[in-house]
Amino acid sequence: MGNGTPPLPTNSPDAVGPDHADPAVLVRIRGLCFRRGDRVIFDGVDLDILRGQVTAIMGPSGTGKTTLLKLIGGQLRPDAGTIVIDGENVHQLGRSALYALRKRMGMLFQSGALLTDLDVFENVAYPLREHTRLPESLLRRLVLMKLEAVGLRGAAGLMPSQISGGMARRVALARAMALDPMMILYDEPFTGQDPISMGVLIDLIRHLNDAAQMTSIVVSHDVAETAGIADRIYLIADGRLMAAGTPAQIAESESPWVRQFMQGEPDGPVHFHYPAPPLHQDLLA
Amino acid sequence: MNDSAPKTGALEPVARLGRLGLRAVAGLGRAHLLLLDVLGGLPSLLVRPRLLIAQLFGIGVLSMLIIVVSGVFVGMVLGLQGYYVLSQFGAEESLGVMVAASLVRELGPVVTALLVAGRAGSALTAEIGLMKATEQLSGLEMMAVDPVKRVLTPRFFGGFLSMPLLVAMFSAVGVAGGWFVGVGLLGIDDGAFWSQMQAKIDFSEDLMNGVIKSLVFGVVVTWIALYEGYDADPTAAGVSRATTRTVVQSALAVLGLDFVLTALMFGD
Repeated sequence: MGNGTPPLPTNSPDAVGPDHADPAVLVRIRGLCFRRGDRVIFDGVDLDILRGQVTAIMGPSGTGKTTLLKLIGGQLRPDAGTIVIDGENVHQLGRSALYALRKRMGMLFQSGALLTDLDVFENVAYPLREHTRLPESLLRRLVLMKLEAVGLRGAAGLMPSQISGGMARRVALARAMALDPMMILYDEPFTGQDPISMGVLIDLIRHLNDAAQMTSIVVSHDVAETAGIADRIYLIADGRLMAAGTPAQIAESESPWVRQFMQGEPDGPVHFHYPAPPLHQDLLA
Repeated sequence: MNDSAPKTGALEPVARLGRLGLRAVAGLGRAHLLLLDVLGGLPSLLVRPRLLIAQLFGIGVLSMLIIVVSGVFVGMVLGLQGYYVLSQFGAEESLGVMVAASLVRELGPVVTALLVAGRAGSALTAEIGLMKATEQLSGLEMMAVDPVKRVLTPRFFGGFLSMPLLVAMFSAVGVAGGWFVGVGLLGIDDGAFWSQMQAKIDFSEDLMNGVIKSLVFGVVVTWIALYEGYDADPTAAGVSRATTRTVVQSALAVLGLDFVLTALMFGD
């Protein structure tokens, strides 16, 4: 990536949508800087996530998309900048306040992150058992409804080892929805899925977002699938925000970098070859 | 600049030693902070005793087979070796005392701790490490559930409470093994075997010292296992390395602490 830095938009306020005072903004990120050792992951990123929308964060592998979700969830602390969710600065919250905020957020991990010693039903029931005192009969109905929403009510008695990767993500989605959160974070939900599972997940993310009036942040590098359900797309690379806009705006972008990424071209501003001396030098050495 | 290069090279071993030392101190600091965090989860564990019972089963009950079988064999070997030595002085009747004292004061706590480190400690590290690698611990955090209190605290107290019970079991079956060899096979008088043991083994001097050792070993072995799992690199190789470290460090810690505790308790 280092040799493919394009002259692209933008960290300017225009690129991040509405003003931060706008009540339509659920997550406001300003001046986000984060590094791992000497490697800069984010260098002054600004972006807004609007309520009720499906927002896609896209970019090549290794650009820190998952790290961004962990920063939003308060699992990592930025070196500089702020992340404000629903008026609360995530990294200034104490532990109990942070946990209270997390109860209003769900996260779908890339692996599903189901608890392997609990069956599907108990995995979905887990947050309800931890955070509510619902009677068992009501809890059972709620869990079955969540599982019904993802089409897996019939798999309630199965263990995580007995279900496929796509099913595991749907169970994880049911679990993430268990407490009726205001926002769900999806970490690479389509990676490694067969076409049917992928279609199911795409459909679920869009419809659950609309039906439950949630806000969704989808981190992915699956261009077509993500662009198909997103209301807004942010492209990040090299620690910066490269482009922002609706899928149509991104698709019409003149930027060579954006075009290469969105169309999956093997060569362009991001070169096919990793930097190396000329081939003949290596072969004849 | 050119002058400084050789100096840097020559000092590299020292720098490496320094880095190793800093890493070790940092690890020790993290382990102590984790222990404080784990202990802080005790009140929430008391509200959910089911979590503790599950760990008592996993660490304690499932370790019983290896503990009982090992205890029997260690006791039988003690019976044979003890008879060989004591018979040279015509003191075979004291075999019961020798077997019981060896087991209760030393071999019971030490061998049990080593076996628990190998069987349950390695399993704890692998389980926690894999939970980390498969994002289960992160998943708990994002569900607003503290993974230390929910996952580590029950395991810590499960290991801590299991150890003295397993030590007692090891020593008891060990004595039975010694009796089988001494009385059953070698013909020592049954009454002398038990009466001398009853007369010479002191509750506070012998039994309680064994109990103290078992409690200390319980803390150390479980603490090391949990810390190594929680601190493991979240990869297959990382979990493998952490599991190995658990067994090696637990064994070294148990043997080293055994000497220190023995010196303190029997020093007079």
